[in-house]
This record gives sequence, structure tokens and C-alpha cells, in this order.
Amino acid sequence: MKILVCISHVPDTTTKIKFVNNNTTFDTTGVQWVVNPWDELALTRALDIKDAQPGVVESITVINVGGCETEPTIRKALAMGADKAIRVNANPTDSFIIATQLAEVIKKESFDVIFCGIESCDFNGSTVGGMLAEILNLPSVSALSFFDIENGEIKLKREIDGGQEVITTQTPFVAIVQKGICKEPRIPSMRGIMGARAKPLQVVEAAAVEPLVEFVSYEYPKPKAACKRVDPENVKELVMLLHNEAKVI
Amino acid sequence: MNFDLTEEQKMIQQAAKDFAERELLPGIIERDEKAEFPKEQMKKLAELGFLGMMTDPKYGGGGMDTISYVLAMEEISKHDSACAVVMSVCNSLVNWGLETYGTEEQKLKYLVPLASGEKIGAFLLSEPEAGSDATSQRTTAEDKGDYYLLNGTKNWITNANCASTYLVIAQTNPEKKHKGINAFIVEKSWPGITLGPHEKKMGMRSSDTHSVMFNDVKVPKENRIGEDGFGFTFAMKTLDGGRIGIASQALGIASGAYERAIKYSKERKAFGTEIANHQAVAFKIADMAVKIENARNLCLKSAWLKDQHQPYGFASAMAKQYAADIAMEVTTEAVQIHGGYGYVSEYHVERLMREAKLTQIYEGTSEVQKIVISRTILK
Repeated sequence: MKILVCISHVPDTTTKIKFVNNNTTFDTTGVQWVVNPWDELALTRALDIKDAQPGVVESITVINVGGCETEPTIRKALAMGADKAIRVNANPTDSFIIATQLAEVIKKESFDVIFCGIESCDFNGSTVGGMLAEILNLPSVSALSFFDIENGEIKLKREIDGGQEVITTQTPFVAIVQKGICKEPRIPSMRGIMGARAKPLQVVEAAAVEPLVEFVSYEYPKPKAACKRVDPENVKELVMLLHNEAKVI
Repeated sequence: MNFDLTEEQKMIQQAAKDFAERELLPGIIERDEKAEFPKEQMKKLAELGFLGMMTDPKYGGGGMDTISYVLAMEEISKHDSACAVVMSVCNSLVNWGLETYGTEEQKLKYLVPLASGEKIGAFLLSEPEAGSDATSQRTTAEDKGDYYLLNGTKNWITNANCASTYLVIAQTNPEKKHKGINAFIVEKSWPGITLGPHEKKMGMRSSDTHSVMFNDVKVPKENRIGEDGFGFTFAMKTLDGGRIGIASQALGIASGAYERAIKYSKERKAFGTEIANHQAVAFKIADMAVKIENARNLCLKSAWLKDQHQPYGFASAMAKQYAADIAMEVTTEAVQIHGGYGYVSEYHVERLMREAKLTQIYEGTSEVQKIVISRTILK
């Protein structure tokens, strides 16, 4: 089985977000870039399966659509344990471009399972996995919190209201994962880090694709209103505030 | 001059940070209170390769440079100095000593399991009456032809119980004074070795510190490191590198306290504003930052010299003395910024202050470092 894990290069989740050029451009000054946390979980699960069933999983490839600045992020994925990497040399401006570029590569190579994180923590679109499956005409299962292979059969669980849905699917397919797919992202070992540079990182040129959407500008969230403290003994005031000011009851 | 870290160095720093925050920080207060060795955490730390960072991969290590080691030590020490000292002893003293001065047979037999993290090592130099004055070794290694007979007591031994492999410094020819000293590889499981109780320490309580008694312990001749009489030079050369580890530990303790002080000073309000807005606190933060930056530069400079195969004993003595002294100052100020909360365990800074004190004492006191520094300048 060959596994592909799609990884996004995103600002660290603790980044203080700033915009420049009249709020049309994200200010990348001083930003630390990381593997998108959901993609990191997907990669960790893929690596765990390979460790547990080395005869079943032949290889794990990671793929990213981005410029050369994303290579340290890709190397991190290799340090975690991926066997090889592909970077599609493009500067995508919307999800459609990313999904299309990924699809172009996947069409030329055969992968049995294509992992995507449920969303990326930069634009939170939650769209690439679904779009990718649609472009490739493959089944996809979203919001996966469990993925395993038992006797060659894919076992999946996804979160639904009030419980979990247990499913299986044919391969190839797109597995869109969320939290719970593994306990915690894998920390690369010292040997993994030192060996990452020696692993293959293939750069492929991007296909000509036009974006479907255009970003106009960004807006900051409204500042939070001042916090009102209510004496725990004064339930009447609390109810009054929730009713008249917050208008939630 | 280039102050940029390589991609690998940044990744190692981040891996150490992630590990410390995820695996070491939870439970650190309880482990400190119970003086409980972080056994599970050490197993994971070893599996990730933090115990053999600089050892050649052909002997099971990571093949990293000393700068990477300093970066990792700082991150681990921000949260758990007991783990950091295991790292320091294994990397700087035991593994480096064996790799640099051991025979090929010794390396294959002892270094490989140590560098791969399968086993833990300890360095046995200090004695009840030989701390800073390492020439006064009372532990004897009597030459019996095809083996040495080891007798005596070693004190304050880090990793004494969890280690499988000891590097022991002992006197073979007292009339030759320090030139009669030898270093030996000793397996803890050999007959005649007993451990004293776990030492009740002021800080780094969960680190595994005991005295070790040798009573007619037979050490095979092939377990001596280097030529006859090389032991004192071995110990001093090894401690040169060990200072980089402890300096980085002190740096991490200081920066751990500093980061917590910044966070607290931005949250805690007094007289209608966050205390960071009061100049008395802001200036303390500024002083801490300058000291930490200086200490970090000294640590990285000595690591860089070591990586360039240039003499680094002078630089590592400066790094160790300065980083340890400022760790004490910075942690004390961090407690002060936290006020009453700094004096209780929940906010960590009182523990860091207790830990900082030890960095001024072990692997050469600050005073001994000043002897090294001044003698180098004035010779």
C-alpha cells in the first residue's frame, strides 16, 4: 500500500496575525512556519500504521503545493519519518488551485490512500480534501477520527452527532482526518532530523490553473467586549444581563 | 560571522521544546515533590535520541554538532532539569569520553548501547573528600596483573541507580599523585558495588543521585581507558565538554524563569495596570534578557569552538561560570516578580531557583571556573 499525505505550510498556531497593504496581505515578518497540525496528525497516523504493519505499507510520501520557502516544513515531515516528498512549485491563492495541483500529481502516480487534514489552520477552508476527491473521482471520507488496516481491509470511524459511524471503503480513496486520529503528533527523532536531508524531495512544475476565487481584503475580528463580573450570590443580575444585554436567554 | 541556525538545528530545538512541553512539564511539580525519577520520560527521551546526540551514527548516536546539543539542553532545562542533567552526563561526559578515548572494542561494547539510549551512563569522579580538588582521589584501583581491584566511595553521583555503565576515576599509583590516576569502565551489576540512599537535595530532587561504594570490585584490564595514568587528563578533558552541558542547563533554567516572568507580568495587575507596565518590573525583565543573551552567546561560542576542533576549555569555563551565576540571579528575580505566587510551587519559578543553585556547584563550582579562567589569562 502506498500512502500520500498532503501537507500545508502554515503559520505556527501562536502567531500574532497582522495584515499589511491596506489589509490585503498577510504580514509574514517574523512568522514561524509549521506543518498544518491536522496534516501532522494524518502523517503521524500513517507512520504509526507503517511501524505496526511494515509489510502492508510500502511507502509514505508527503506532498505540498508551495514555493521553495515551504521546504523546511516538508523536511520536518521527512524528519518525522515520511520516505519521500513532492513539492508542486506554485503559489496557490485558493483551495481549487491546491486541489487541482495535487490531483495532477496523483493522476501520474498511484496511491492507495490519500490523507488530508480536515482543515488548515491558516485559511480554515476545509475544502481541499473534498475537492481533491471530486477532481479525481475517488471516494472520500471526512472527519475521520479512526483509521486502521485489518487483514488488508480499511477500518474507519467518523464522528457524527451523538456517536461514531463505523465504515469501510475501497482503495484508492481520500481520507480526511480530524483530531482523534492519533494521540499526538510525532516528535521527530534526532536520527530522523539528521536523515531528512538525504531523503528525496522532488520538485514538480505546476499545471496552469486559474483560481476560482479572489481575496479582496482581510478584516480583524471585533475586539472582545469588556468582561462583566457578577457576584455569585446575585443570580438575578446575571439573568438580567444575559436577557437584556447578551440577549442569549 | 553567522548567527543563523541551520534547518536541522532549528528542527532539533523545536523537537526538544515540543518534548519538554508535552512530556516533561506535566507532572514536574509532583515528581519534584516526591523526588521521583522521570523513568517513563527518560525512556521516551532516549528513544528520540537525545542521550547520544553528538556520538557518531556508527556507534548509535545522532551525529549532531555541539550547537544542536546546547539548543536541546536549553529547551529541556526550561522545564525539567532532572532530565537535562541525565542528558548532560550521558552526552558530554560518558559518551564523549568513551568515543574520544575508548578503544574500538570498548566503543562497540559500551558506547553503542549508551549512545542509542538503550542504557544510561554515569561519571564517577567526586568523593567525600575530593570535589573541586579532583587530584585527591581516595578510591583505589590496585593493579593485580590481569585486573584492577577497585575500593572506595564516590559521592553525589548523578544517574547512579538508573545507569548500567559507570566511568570511574580512581588512584592506581598514589606516589605518582594525579599522574597515577586511571579511568575505568565499570558495569554497575558487578559484585562489590553498593549504592547509598537517594540524596535528599534542595533542587533537582527527581534526579537520581546517590553515593556509590566499591568493595573489592574486579575490573578487567581491558576496561581501563587510555594508557596507565591517563585518568586525570581524561577526567579534565571530559569535564571541559561537560561544562558546556551544564552551562546550557543553567541557561535553560534562566530562560525558563524569564519566560514565565514575562507571561506573569503581562497578566498580573497591580495599581490598575499589568505589572509589566511598572518600570521596576520592566527593568528587571530587561536585565534578565541581557544576561540570558550573554549566557546563550557564551554557550554557543564554546560549542562552536568544540565543533571547529579548537580549544574550548577557557570558553566553556566562562560559559559555565556566567550561565550558572546569572541563572541564580534571573530565577531569584523571577520569584520576586511573581511575589507570593513565586514562592509556591504552582508557578515553577521557586523550583527553577532551587535548580539554579546546583549549576553553580556541580561539574566545577563557579569558583573553580574562575580558577580555570584566571589561570588561562595570567599564565
